[in-house]
Amino acid sequence: MNRIPIIEVKNLVARYGERVILSDINFNIYPGDIFMVIGGSGCGKTTLLNHMIGLLSPFAGDVLIDGQSISRIPENQRLTILKKIGVLYQSGALFGSLDLLQNVALPLEELTDLPKDAILEIARNKLKMVGLEKFFEYLPAEISGGMQKRAAIARAMALDPKILFLDEPTSGLDPISSSEIDQLVVNLAGILGITFVIVSHDVASICKIGGRVILLDNGKIVAEGRPEELRHSKHALAKRFLQVNR
Amino acid sequence: MDIRVERPAPDTLKVTFLGNLDIENVTKIWRLCVDAVDRESPRLLHLDFSKVDYCDGSGLALIKVLQQKQAKNHKSCTIFGLKPTFQKLLEYIEQRPDKVETSALLQEGLPEKLGHITVDILRDLKENVVFLGILSYQLFLSLLNPTKIRWSDFFRIAEDTGPQALPIIALIGFLIGLISTFQAAPSFADFGAQIYMVNLVGLGLVREMGPLLTSVLLAGRTASAFAAEIGTMKINQEIDALQTMGLNPVRFLVVPRILVAMLVTPILEVFFVIFGLLGCLVVMITLGYTTDVFFHQLYQSIEPIDYIGGLIKVFAFGLVIAGVGCLHGIKTRFGAKAIGQSTTQAVVSSLIMLVVVDGIFALIYYVLGV
Ligand SMILES: Nc1ncnc2c1ncn2[C@@H]1O[C@H](COP(=O)(O)OP(=O)(O)O)[C@@H](O)[C@H]1O
Ligand SMILES: [Mg+2]
Repeated sequence: MNRIPIIEVKNLVARYGERVILSDINFNIYPGDIFMVIGGSGCGKTTLLNHMIGLLSPFAGDVLIDGQSISRIPENQRLTILKKIGVLYQSGALFGSLDLLQNVALPLEELTDLPKDAILEIARNKLKMVGLEKFFEYLPAEISGGMQKRAAIARAMALDPKILFLDEPTSGLDPISSSEIDQLVVNLAGILGITFVIVSHDVASICKIGGRVILLDNGKIVAEGRPEELRHSKHALAKRFLQVNR
Repeated sequence: MDIRVERPAPDTLKVTFLGNLDIENVTKIWRLCVDAVDRESPRLLHLDFSKVDYCDGSGLALIKVLQQKQAKNHKSCTIFGLKPTFQKLLEYIEQRPDKVETSALLQEGLPEKLGHITVDILRDLKENVVFLGILSYQLFLSLLNPTKIRWSDFFRIAEDTGPQALPIIALIGFLIGLISTFQAAPSFADFGAQIYMVNLVGLGLVREMGPLLTSVLLAGRTASAFAAEIGTMKINQEIDALQTMGLNPVRFLVVPRILVAMLVTPILEVFFVIFGLLGCLVVMITLGYTTDVFFHQLYQSIEPIDYIGGLIKVFAFGLVIAGVGCLHGIKTRFGAKAIGQSTTQAVVSSLIMLVVVDGIFALIYYVLGV
């Protein structure tokens, strides 16, 4: 395999104070991959994600995006990297005082010099892609949790990032909304060639989306492979993880 | 519900439960059982549940507590006649040992404590200084390029902070003017100097009471609101979202709020003073003075410099209130109690800062002879 990885996580160690959350994590993600991180609640999935998008700096080790260290990047090049990534936070994190259209338009307004009408058109299109064309003027508090997640995905896609990070995109959603989100991911990966990093513990969606899975436990990667491989593997936790509900 | 306590053999205690072990019954017998075991500390404790049809969480808790007491004294405890369902529940609880937090048990000595406190204080200080630096820089950038300011946010926040605060400002101002004049009246009457109450209240309001009390009210109202708003955004990961979009949270959230406070606080202070003087006027009129006399006296006693001095002060107070409020919002940490802590901290710190800044102004004005 001589493809060039788009994300490299090297010997990553993460701590909150004295508590070690991740110890010595290593993996590569290649362009167009759908990469999934699974593991029990509180095992450090969000923490791993926050290191990959540069919100937290590693205690040791490094995270490279397109060959550049995200935590040690000079301030003037930071924006170039940040424009390559879009993030769906676990809590959605839409701005409560802005309606959906304004939420999606915000990164475009702030980070591009596009004219106002172009920005609005782009924002409308993104919301249409996630099926929210009837809700442009709604505030986040006025729509359901599933819709908020979808709107947040639309916002994450605003600048056409190369990599989308999704933190538990389907948790707390009904089966129909969550399978719609799965379909959206499959479509976006297929049509636009976006690389996905998805944190999830929704077995149905993991199996539907496919891709490569790592299982975190006790701060380490304990199993790695395609969902069906893990399900039939000898690793007890991986088996249990992928076999609930079926 | 009753229990029967027997001593079938020396050093053996038999407790028979006669009825269901639900919350109500357990409440009645808990002390009784625990005290009996504590008092006698029998070699063998025999618990008989054959008359018990039902046992809930409180019943299980009672059993566990009695078992633990015996185990601690190296005595034994047997259970008889507990229905299989409840037996299973009990075993299920026992399979999961209580988690012992070893780190919490570590006792810190005085030197460690002192060290930790010092580090915390220094870190806090550093955070504040860094915040102040970023804030000044972003404020400066925004003023250089006003199109970059989020004006829609500015107006939304201005409405919450200004007009909405007006009723309370007016009410308190009026009452302060009214009450202080009224309280001063008898003493001034002794000297036949009641007209000078206008000087007292007028000057007091313009120079000190107006700026300080307006700011105190805003510390309770606005600093806490800013801290809560920004803290909620932090918990909700909205601040993370801003950062990964490459947008500076300080420019985005703090600058509009600071600008609002600097604009709105002086305006509210003007209203405070006007309503305070109105309160004073009401008392003066009831004492038989005319409005003409009142305004003449007021005009004579207050110099423009007094007024300007007050306004400059309140402008600085506004900056302090908004800055401290936003700072505590941004510093909101992780967890459920975090927002409550940061709002409380925002009010307390901004009040302290107000007093400090007021003191500095008093010194400066004294030196300048204002
Ligand atoms: N800011 C923080 N400060 C301290 N501890 C944290 C913080 N964020 C998360 N934690 C702790 O770190 C662990 C991992 O958290 P997280 O990465 O959010 O887990 P996950 O996303 O896998 O559920 C949890 O035990 C959590 O309590
Ligand atoms: Mg998480």
